[in-house]
Amino acid sequence: MRYLPLTQPDREAMLAVIGASTIDDLFVDVPEAARLDGPIRELPMHASEMAVERHMSALAKKNLTAGEAPFFLGCGAYKHHVPASVDHLIQRGEFLTAYTPYQPEIAQGTLQMLFEFQTQVARLLGTDVANASMYDGSTACWEAIVMARRITKRGRAILSSGLHPHYVSVANTMAKFTGDVLDTAAPELVADMDLDQLIGKIDDETSCVVVQYPDILGRIADLRPLADACHAKKALLIAVVTEPVALGAITSPGEMDADIVVGEGQSLGVGLQFGGPYVGLFGCKDKYVRQMPGRLCGETVDANGRRGFVLTLSTREQHIRREKATSNICTNSGLCALAFSIHMTLLGEAGLRQLAEVNHAGAVSAAERLSQIPGVELVNDSFFNEFTLKLPVEARPVVRTLADRGILAGVSLGRLYPGQDALANGLVVAVTETTTAEDVETLASELQEILA
Amino acid sequence: MSINQSGWRPTSPEANTGNVPASVTGNKALMLEEALIFEIGDAHSTGVDFAAPSPPRGEGRGEGKPSNAAPGTAPHPTLSPKGRGLSRLGNLSRTAPIGLPGLSEPETVRHYTRLSRQNYGIDLGFFPLGSCTMKHNPRLNEKMARLPGFSDVHPLQPVDTVQGALEVIHQLAHWLVTLTGMTSVAMSPKAGAHGELCGILAIRAALEAKGEGARKIILVPESAHGTNPATAAFAGYSVEDIPATAEGRVDTAALKARLGPDVAGVMITNPNTCGLFERDMREISDAVHAAGGFVYCDGANFNAIVGRVRPGDLGIDAMHINLHKTFSTPHGGGGPGSGPVVFSEALTPYAPLPFVENQDGQFVLVEEETAGEHHAGSFGRMVAFHGQMGMFTRALTYILSHGADGLRQVSEDAVLNANYILRSLDDTLDAPFGPSGPCMHEALFSDSGLAAGFSTIDIAKGLIDEGFHPMTMYFPLVVHGAMLVEPTETESKAALDQFIAALRSVAERAKAGDPSLKTAPHFAPRARLDETLAARKPVLVWKDPAPLAQAAE
Amino acid sequence: MSRYFTQDHEWVDVDGDIGTVGISEYAQSQLGDVVFVDVPEAGKTLSKGDEAAVVESVKAASDVYSPVSGTVNEGNAALTDDSSLVNSDAEAAGWFFKLTLSDPSELDSLMDEAAYAAFVEGL
Repeated sequence: MRYLPLTQPDREAMLAVIGASTIDDLFVDVPEAARLDGPIRELPMHASEMAVERHMSALAKKNLTAGEAPFFLGCGAYKHHVPASVDHLIQRGEFLTAYTPYQPEIAQGTLQMLFEFQTQVARLLGTDVANASMYDGSTACWEAIVMARRITKRGRAILSSGLHPHYVSVANTMAKFTGDVLDTAAPELVADMDLDQLIGKIDDETSCVVVQYPDILGRIADLRPLADACHAKKALLIAVVTEPVALGAITSPGEMDADIVVGEGQSLGVGLQFGGPYVGLFGCKDKYVRQMPGRLCGETVDANGRRGFVLTLSTREQHIRREKATSNICTNSGLCALAFSIHMTLLGEAGLRQLAEVNHAGAVSAAERLSQIPGVELVNDSFFNEFTLKLPVEARPVVRTLADRGILAGVSLGRLYPGQDALANGLVVAVTETTTAEDVETLASELQEILA
Repeated sequence: MSINQSGWRPTSPEANTGNVPASVTGNKALMLEEALIFEIGDAHSTGVDFAAPSPPRGEGRGEGKPSNAAPGTAPHPTLSPKGRGLSRLGNLSRTAPIGLPGLSEPETVRHYTRLSRQNYGIDLGFFPLGSCTMKHNPRLNEKMARLPGFSDVHPLQPVDTVQGALEVIHQLAHWLVTLTGMTSVAMSPKAGAHGELCGILAIRAALEAKGEGARKIILVPESAHGTNPATAAFAGYSVEDIPATAEGRVDTAALKARLGPDVAGVMITNPNTCGLFERDMREISDAVHAAGGFVYCDGANFNAIVGRVRPGDLGIDAMHINLHKTFSTPHGGGGPGSGPVVFSEALTPYAPLPFVENQDGQFVLVEEETAGEHHAGSFGRMVAFHGQMGMFTRALTYILSHGADGLRQVSEDAVLNANYILRSLDDTLDAPFGPSGPCMHEALFSDSGLAAGFSTIDIAKGLIDEGFHPMTMYFPLVVHGAMLVEPTETESKAALDQFIAALRSVAERAKAGDPSLKTAPHFAPRARLDETLAARKPVLVWKDPAPLAQAAE
Repeated sequence: MSRYFTQDHEWVDVDGDIGTVGISEYAQSQLGDVVFVDVPEAGKTLSKGDEAAVVESVKAASDVYSPVSGTVNEGNAALTDDSSLVNSDAEAAGWFFKLTLSDPSELDSLMDEAAYAAFVEGL
């Protein structure tokens, strides 16, 4: 077997050192009844590299990839061009095959990268600090809600109707067990976000308001009045960013005084990967750092006074606090954080701004073109690279029909909100730098034909 | 003859006889120091080019065209919607700089390459971090995960367009269920600890469905990973410790005595964190079931028994599997992980959404929309989308490579390697549970017998100078100064022999009180780091001496 | 003024009905460098044995229990700025909090300095 270095003579020599006659002697503590006498019969035996590659390639070919179709899906996962050097660098064995940096003297590479990542994320989100990443945006969002409970000692959270329905669903699942009370609602196909309604709901029991920015329909709103309203009631404002590229073009939630800003970092460096692994972003104001979940990297010096980095404030974490930990999380999304950070370094301020500009410009012209189709209406007043169309018919079958024609047209709200008739005609369309004018034109003409 | 005019007269090299001055750069030949991106980058540099957008419909893109996107012109780092008339940013256009430094591609490649070289990885050498299972990461896994058919598909595409991706999930699920002898598997948990949460929530959902929601206690052995009690507490349970026996296993009698109508379940790691198989697992499971509770098994150490023992045969109700431990997906410097959870028949109805089903040859994603039909007891969704697809493709690739026979050999070699280390070193280091019999996949030593003032950390740092990643230290908590050594099956006998010699030497120095060990490591990129300073005055982000913000204006 | 100790290594100085609480020199020596202290807020009511404060080193977080019942008057703000006071002066400047005792008879169950010294000796 190509992954196992021991030879049969090795095994025998080692058994002799151990003082065992057969390998079975090492499994004596397994009760007789639970011992399998040979390889599990229902499963196939080992295979060559070539055979496995053939098997996996055949499975891969059964999927229609984003790269081979006009592609307009978003809603929490975005197709962006990832520079070739990103994937090369994350495959360096010293990054790929390292562990959590528990021995900092021989993990400065990972640690310095995490310190840079934390700074990049904090600046992007507009927060004072950021952690070394979470599993993904949806779990980061729930962790933020729990963190707000710890800080405010209140258990009632208000979730905006524009929050990604999967994120709401995750929070609902967890809240069932933790006893947190969540106020949730489905969005309406209207031009503006529900900020006034949210402000009206805040009271002395409110731990936090959770608002997505841009929201699930792509809408953008000034969060400052909402932040003020939260703070007036000593509640926290949590902002959720599922498309971090947007913050290259618009003011960040932190700059609008959000207390905790979380996000999905997949857009930068990571790729679509059918939903995972992704990378959760988590930033907050300085004063809340000890209530933060997840790993943190900090600057220090070594015994000779040279700058170095370590994991720090780990008394918040499960391996020390056990049942009193801020969270049970014991990993971050290290390699995805690295990919995010490399991509961000390649872009820099200038590149990110330009990337955002290209995305927005493309979305604006696509929205214009698509809303010219008879019966199709643009819902949004404001958007970044994603907007919602209201079709004259249910959107979900239209998306399926377009997929049959080789076009991945967007995310139908019927898929995200099954059974919600008021949303059934909604189609969320994302346009990035990977979308060509021809792609938009293909979608427009095919959609027009189907609707005619 | 003609005279050599270059001045270079080759001779044999001279041996180093005295002190060598430090280099001006701080570099040491192949070991290069690297500044932070905030010190070397700036707001104008970039390693990404943008083409001018192609005009739609065969004409100029008009006002929608970015003002500064013409090739060859320096990008202006502010988006200026004024005068373009088409910005739809709702008056929220960014006005302030973000403060993100950029680097050109060659500088970027060099920055991260230099950083990478300050890391230890499995590719470089032996990494016997106990309970973490640092085994070789086959590169075929990486290649397969990058096939566009897996890496470039969106989680919300119509299911007809992602049948191959769903089939990967389904095939891996089948392997995991069969290898563990369980009934079903939840694929979506994002890591081991997330899987623990999944299992405990299923237990709670099952108890509540039976009207037994009043059970509020989860029993956890003292030797457990910290995630176990943290998870139980997060799910609303109180945690009670179960003591260990002198031979390092769960005290079955004490556990049974504590069972009762208030106990929701137990969380037991098997093989346990002392590297021992819990012989009484079946008996414990039966007793817990008889008392109306459920058995959660922490499957972190499944790699020790895969192919030889099925947890389902031990009465387990739920167990997470760390794909990065047993099935070789890369650790990546701390994630991403993946923690599928296998369930018994009793817990299957409560497993989370979504999951993949094969309905008459068509792979279907069961989500909130259709769950009501035959999965109404599900406790709900744990993550957006469907789990760590990139890890599934890698794990399936590994599993297919090994097959049922290879996986059995994996656990045999892992256990053989660990016992070889245990018996090769128990004359030098104290092995507190050595007399209990063979270990499983990891060997545990204590700091007993070291000279006064010397501790496990000194041995660990000494091993760094010998070119090894240290073992896990000070865990499990039940052993003083614990050293947990997990070699895995992907080490050769020669590699083990070199490590054994090195650890023996370092241990002898610690027993003799060699003061140079207190300042180790001496040859690493950094000496011991001041963690007290880091925690007392946390510096978690870079602060510009002269803010980039101003430099950008 | 007299000083009492608990088996969990807290000390309390009692002056009238006001008690000052800290951790013992022995306890700080077992912690390593203290990096963070979380002290209770004024007005908090504590019962004897309640978790009253948290003291952290880099690798451990330890609860500090109230040796007696009472109402907190103040936490030691100096520890917020300089947690190392717990290391350098555990039984004086490194005090954690002051409280008004609600049941001075609880002191009877605590150890005096000599008894505590003997207790530590036996550990």
